[in-house]
Parts: sequence; structure tokens; C-alpha cells
Amino acid sequence: MSIAVARRSSLPGFGLTMGLTLTWLSIIILLPLAGLFLKTFELSLDQFWGIITSRRTLNALKISFGLSFLAALVNLVMGTIIVWALVRYRFPGRRLFDAIVDIPFALPTAVAGVALTQLFAQKGWLGAPLAELGIKVAFTPIGIFIAMVFIGIPFVVRTVQPVLIDLDVEIEEAAASLGANRWHTVFRVILPSLIPALLTGFALAFARAVGEYGSVIFIAGNLPNVSEIAPLLIVIRLSEFRYADATAIAVVMLLASFLIIFAVNRLQRWAQTRIPAH
Amino acid sequence: MSTQSSVVTSATELRAYAPTADLTVSPPPSRIERARPRTGTSPDNLRTEPGPVRFIIITLAVTFLSVFVVLPLVVVFASAFSKGIGAYLAALGEPEALAAIKLTLLVAAISVTLNLVFGVIAAWAIAKFDFTGKTFLITLIDLPFSVSPVISGLVFVLLFGAQGFFGTWLQAHDIHILFAVPGIALATIFVTFPFVARALIPLMQEQGTQEEEAAISLGASGLQTFFRVTLPNIKWGLLYGVLLCNARAMGEFGAVSVVSGHIRGETNTMPLLVEILYNEYQFVASFAIASLLAMLALITLVVKTVLERRLDEGQEPRDH
Repeated sequence: MSIAVARRSSLPGFGLTMGLTLTWLSIIILLPLAGLFLKTFELSLDQFWGIITSRRTLNALKISFGLSFLAALVNLVMGTIIVWALVRYRFPGRRLFDAIVDIPFALPTAVAGVALTQLFAQKGWLGAPLAELGIKVAFTPIGIFIAMVFIGIPFVVRTVQPVLIDLDVEIEEAAASLGANRWHTVFRVILPSLIPALLTGFALAFARAVGEYGSVIFIAGNLPNVSEIAPLLIVIRLSEFRYADATAIAVVMLLASFLIIFAVNRLQRWAQTRIPAH
Repeated sequence: MSTQSSVVTSATELRAYAPTADLTVSPPPSRIERARPRTGTSPDNLRTEPGPVRFIIITLAVTFLSVFVVLPLVVVFASAFSKGIGAYLAALGEPEALAAIKLTLLVAAISVTLNLVFGVIAAWAIAKFDFTGKTFLITLIDLPFSVSPVISGLVFVLLFGAQGFFGTWLQAHDIHILFAVPGIALATIFVTFPFVARALIPLMQEQGTQEEEAAISLGASGLQTFFRVTLPNIKWGLLYGVLLCNARAMGEFGAVSVVSGHIRGETNTMPLLVEILYNEYQFVASFAIASLLAMLALITLVVKTVLERRLDEGQEPRDH
């Protein structure tokens, strides 16, 4: 642990609180995660590779990452539209809809899962009309995608919203007074300054969808190779006592989400160096 | 209000969002009012979109949120009451349901208390002192937000399961962690670990150390300083963290599902019972439990909005 101490404050309690923090952190977070990696090292590279490249694992990873990417793209577009409406326009119920954005955060995932399934099942409020059009959502990959869109929307909205709110109106006015039409102002002036926030929201929504379990498994159908997400495959391997398999899949997913956090942190730094430039 | 100050606020806010996959700080509604396009010299049609475009954007936003977010919530209550209020109440009165409610409350009480104490201690160390590796430490605290719930459960199976690192020792001493309350509590503590610390660190950093230093120089002890000076300053932030921590603790599904073992009437929390009843086609019973969790979510959102307004007011004098 490379947490060197260079205290400047004259307040008491640094040693004690830092000691307790590191101890509790080690017991609850670091030890369990270290156990995961230790377990992986019990596997030979060939075994690890064999598990990861088995057809079922590869398909589960493909389904999780692929659908998460698509869902995050939809969240990016719809999130931007929602933020724009909430921040720039006045309409009845605006504050209510602003609060509604947080529901996917607040609603327990299992509740979201059964509700979405009920809604999109063949006899559900939305499932029935869609079935007449020949579209089957529940128990297909489309269902997984829908659940991922549901779970991801607040990430884009809540990341982009504060940035759009604080965006300097004078820049828009300058662009307008220099003769840019509205279309140009939006796409050449406003949206570019939202890019770091948009990418961050996209990455957060993507990361959440990849790891999501509760809201997805009910509506997914969970057919191996077709509609089985990677987190579910971990659970299945565990219930079969194939711990090594479960661990290997978990490590791949964990490394992927660490990469995403790293990317998000870089994005934030990039955004911060852009902001003082005004 | 100068544009300068609003730019700075946005940078702070971005930092608050930074490495997490869960947004504990969302913009308080009052900010939105403040941010209305201010009086300008250019004609209105250059600063906003034409009427039809505006209409389409609002319609898209409202429709999307109604269909994908509001409708699922409505389905929960409609399904719970589909056989009448009698069936609803009967479902909630089942011994299994009562056991699940009790277990959920117990686990939430354990994990929220521990994370509350830890969160305050960690925030004190991180916000009130300077040391190298601070960003790294915050990233570690945030880690559970970016770990899949299933993996959060898996790590405890690997530690305490029959084939786990401590499995043999635990069996020899007849200690039950997995498929019992301690395991469920541990997994819940893991997933709710960052909430309180996350809510407090930016707030305490912004408040600085001057007030505390004054108290110490006047002869107050460390604990007196914390309870008389710091705690009153952070009480709304603390409540905010506890609120979100509790909501997640009561609603956690993936992590708990992996470590619980699904023993009926014993290790089923409310979200787990929702799953079991749903898979048994007991829709009214399943959605009755789900409706309690949905109400918890709605209450959490309302209180959160109120707290955000308090926090915003509390920060106002410091901004200017």
C-alpha cells in the first residue's frame, strides 16, 4: 500500500482514522477481491484460456458486452434529448420528469426485472400490441437490451445535465450574433463542449449494463448461447460448483470494468482541463 | 452571480462524479431554475430551437420516460392489486413474507450502521488531511460501484464457501457465514460500502478545516470538535449518504442472491422472495413484496430531493 503520509493539518485523529479506514477497507474490499485473483492463479494459463474461449462463455460475454454497448448508445441519444428538454425548455410536469429520471437508480433491480417482464410478456400491456406486430421482446435478446436501456438512462442524464446547466450562454449568443444559425450553434458550439460529459455518461451506462443482473435475468429467457448474460453464467457455474469457471469469467468482467473506470477518470481529467479554458 | 463561480461549481461536480458508476450527487432542482438562459441581447429565435423542434424534443423525452420508467413502476402496483386489496394484504401476511421483511430490515440495519461509522471515519481522514495517494484511496473506496453485483457475492463464496480459502477452517469450527445472515450482511456491506463516504468527502473538503482548527485551538478535544463542530455541518450530507445506502441495502439482489442459498423462511430477503414467488407464478404475492420495495424507492427519491435542496441551501453562503 503506497499511502504515504504528509500531513499539513493540525487536526487530531489522522493516524487513528486512517488506520481504521485502511483496516476496514482491507477486510471488506481488498481481501475478497484479492481472493478472486488468487483463485484465478490456481488455474494454468491454458485452463483459464480454455474457460474463457469456450463457446458458451464467449457467447455470454458477447451478449453482455454487445447489448450493453447498443443500450448505452440508445441511452446516449435519448439521454441527450431528455437533458435538453429538462434544462432548456419549460413544460408542464418538467420537475416531475426530472425526478422520474432517478427511478432506475432507486428501484431495486429485482423489482425492475419482474416489472419489465410483466410489461413486455406476451400478454403484457406493451408485449401484447408488440406481439401483434410480430415482435417478441420478453425472453429474447431484445428483452435484455430493453432492461439495459432502463438501467442506464440516469447515468447519461445525470452526468450531462449539470454541464449543460453551467454552460455559458454567452458563447451561444456570441455564435448567434456572429451569424451562426441555431443548427450550427447547437452542433458546432454546444454539443462539442458536452462531449466529455457525454462520453462519461456513455461509459458509466455501459459499465452498469455489463454487470447488471437483477433487472435483466427475468426478461432475458436465459437460453445458453442466445440470451444468457455473463453474470448469469457466473451464477450458474457457481451453482454447479465449478468455481474455477465462475472465477475466470468474473476476472475478465472485472478487468473490463477497471478499464472503463480508468477511461472515465481520464475523461474527467480531460474535461477539467477544458473547462478553465473559458 | 458571476459565470466564474458557475464554472467552478461544474468542475467540482464533475470531480464528485468522477470515478464512480453510481451517481450519489445529482444536481438539485433549484440549480435548474438558476440556470435559465439569462437576459441577452440577441433575438430569442437565435438562442432556442423553432417551436416544432422544441415540441418534438419534449415529446420524445416525455414519451421515453413514461414508457420505459413510469410504466414499469405502474405495472408493479397494478399487478400487486390485480386480485383486490384482500389478496394483497394476505400475501404480505404470509409467514414467508414476514420472515423476508424481518431479514431485510436486520441486514439493512447491520450494514448501514457499519458503513455509517466507516464512512464518517474515512471521510475525516480523507477530507481533513493532505496525503499522497488520496485519489487512489478514493478509487478503492469507490470500487464496489463498478463491480458487478454477482461478482460482489462471488468473492465471499470464494472466501467462505466449502471449497473456499477459509471453508475447511469454518466447517471445523461449525461457523456459518455463507447461506446465513453473516454472509448476506457481508455482501450487502460490500455493495453499499461507498455511499456514506462518497456523500461526505466532497462536502467536508469544501468546508475546509478552519472551524475545526479554531475549536482545537480553543481547547476542545478531537471528539468534542467532531460532535460539536463537524457533525452539525455535515448532518444533511450524512443523512443523504445513509438514505441512499439504506435503499441499496434493502434492495440488493445479485450479490445477496449468490451468498444466500435461498433457504425459505430463513435466508430470503425481500428481493429474493420477489424472484422466488415470480418464478412460481405467484404474481400477486411477488408484486405485493415488490410494491413495498417500490414504495421504499419512491420515498427515498422524495426525501433525497428534499435533502438535496437543504444541501444546496447550506452551500449557498460558501459559494459567494
